[in-house]
Amino acid sequence: MADPTRDVRQRVLRVLGSIAPEADLHALDSREDLREQLDIDSMDFLNFAVGLHREFAVDVSEADYPRLRTLDGCVAWLEQRTSG
Amino acid sequence: MPSLGADMESGRLLEWRVKPGDAVHRGDIVAVVDTDKAAIEIEVFCDGVVEKLLVPAGEQVPVGTPLALIRAAAEPAVQAGEIRQVPAAAAPPSPAGPAPQPASQPSPSPGASVTAAGPRASPAARKLARERGVDLAAIAGTGPDAAITVADVERAGAAAPPPVSAMRRTIAAAMSRSKREIPHYYLGTSIDLQPAVAFLEARNAARPVTERLLPAALLIKAVALACREVPEMNGHFADGAFAPSAEVRLGFAVALRGGGLVAPALPAPDRQALDEVMRMLRDVVERARAGRLRSSEIAGQTITVTSLGDRGVESVFGVIHPPQVALVGFGRIAERPWVHDGKVLVRPAVHASLSADHRVSDGHRGAVFLEAVARFLQRPEGL
Repeated sequence: MADPTRDVRQRVLRVLGSIAPEADLHALDSREDLREQLDIDSMDFLNFAVGLHREFAVDVSEADYPRLRTLDGCVAWLEQRTSG
Repeated sequence: MPSLGADMESGRLLEWRVKPGDAVHRGDIVAVVDTDKAAIEIEVFCDGVVEKLLVPAGEQVPVGTPLALIRAAAEPAVQAGEIRQVPAAAAPPSPAGPAPQPASQPSPSPGASVTAAGPRASPAARKLARERGVDLAAIAGTGPDAAITVADVERAGAAAPPPVSAMRRTIAAAMSRSKREIPHYYLGTSIDLQPAVAFLEARNAARPVTERLLPAALLIKAVALACREVPEMNGHFADGAFAPSAEVRLGFAVALRGGGLVAPALPAPDRQALDEVMRMLRDVVERARAGRLRSSEIAGQTITVTSLGDRGVESVFGVIHPPQVALVGFGRIAERPWVHDGKVLVRPAVHASLSADHRVSDGHRGAVFLEAVARFLQRPEGL
């Protein structure tokens, strides 16, 4: 049976891969700051938010940005947003 | 082969996007060229029909080498020389001239070890030499007709110092020239960004993520508008004189993910709405990082803006990119204590710096310029 959390995580990683194609995403610490680990700047982060918006059909407001700081945070936020 | 930077000597034609017989229009992308800094899309500057491709994909040729013949609409077809007959040196410096230029020069003499593209070498040897930073001209070839082989390059590479990337060499050349020739002076000021940050928050809250503005768009527009007020910051210093530019072509420094940077041009941000400045910025940053900039975007910048705040630094005092005469640096936007009407408040602020060429302007004019940047940022709704 499919694991929904794992599926969300894979889709987030795919979005990240399009922004930092050279990064080794398997080496990401899912509890650490994504910007620091992937050396992404504000333009990359905006593109990440746009990528999540397109992949998951959710609105990503600037107030949501702190929830997207880590991979775990992203997954939890997306699961909350897309459930029900 | 167009010159895609002051220090570019040659470029490798990576790919043709057109073939003989294709109609082309001014601004079309016709080829991709690999310079020392990046793969650049080459635009054509006239309307016509591709008569002949003169340089095959994969070839490295000096700046000025004709790449193709373009026949203007009303002209008859001409007979062009063979690809290998195109000489390197005495060619006009346009990538694809408006009229056909028959290549009637003599072909290289048989057995010569130097061709239009430099020393004779196998494609694999050229690739390896490029990767390892080995100068082909310094190698004696042991292959047929004294051609340089992979083994020759490997031997030379073993004796060479550790390779420096081509990107690093290009930046080193431009920045060394800058520090040799340009008497820089530096000014810095802290700018209250409360109005700008409030403006951005309100504007972005009402918009989808795809239409969101970043502070960089405001900073760029404020600098471009200040250039109109202080034209000594906007233009080129060449042949002992300063030529101010009527247009602002603002170079925005983009750090590349593999290391190094490029500063592609944003045309006339002073005359564009903020949304358009942001659209141009997103587009050019994305393509810079994907290696898909166009030739017209990496030439002719009249001033540069660099913003390093994302990595946490408070200030940046940059090196001017010659022949430009000024560079504006922005640090991190952060909350700081700010004295206003006798009270200490917490305000979002940014440190702005100006590096300017003392041959062209004095500190007083530089101060007027930075003051104008700060003033425009106090009225973001007017940007």
